[in-house]
Amino acid sequence: MTEKSAIGCARPTGGPVGEEPKDVGIPVQQTHKETQTMIKVGKKAPDFVAPGYHNGDFTSVKLSEYLGKWVLLCFYPGDFTFV
Amino acid sequence: MSIDSQFVHKMWNDHELSKMVEGGIPYPMLSDAGGKVGTVYGVYDEDAGVETRGRFIIDPDGVIQAYEVLTPPVGRNINETFRQVQAFQLIRETKGGEATPSGWKPGKSTLKPSINLVGKVWEEWKTKQAFD
Repeated sequence: MTEKSAIGCARPTGGPVGEEPKDVGIPVQQTHKETQTMIKVGKKAPDFVAPGYHNGDFTSVKLSEYLGKWVLLCFYPGDFTFV
Repeated sequence: MSIDSQFVHKMWNDHELSKMVEGGIPYPMLSDAGGKVGTVYGVYDEDAGVETRGRFIIDPDGVIQAYEVLTPPVGRNINETFRQVQAFQLIRETKGGEATPSGWKPGKSTLKPSINLVGKVWEEWKTKQAFD
């Protein structure tokens, strides 16, 4: 879930949730084009870690720590936008 | 999740969102500076440098069951999102024994897919059920 320590930059872990990344040695930047095709309904979600703000604290969230729960992952253009 | 830092998230939550929702936003507001995660999910707009309105329903096994992506000017319908989550939860509980036809919402009848239903959906499901 969330934790206070180890807050870094957001990054995909390079594999789907609950599985080890397949190409450990390849930098994430070079795998973007390939990993983009990972989004399909019925397939595992790409895992990631990301810093965040929750309940008055800065936290770090890893998607795979939510295995066993339903997750609603929402992206939006920016804070203080109107819609 | 957006490209804003967790510091900006804090300011937005404390100074505006907490005036809309008592106690502030109850779930983690995540930061994706540079759009690395958004790129993998196919929602990062490189030209604008922001993430579009992507919404992903992920089940307890980590499987993406549904997603929807809108351009920035149009907001989402959270009731429709909850309806889809409830439908996917029902499917999971019945282990695929039931299916939710068009227009389904909690309390409405489901379909039980089998060979006996082939060509007989018209008897079980009426067009008006898609709209009521």
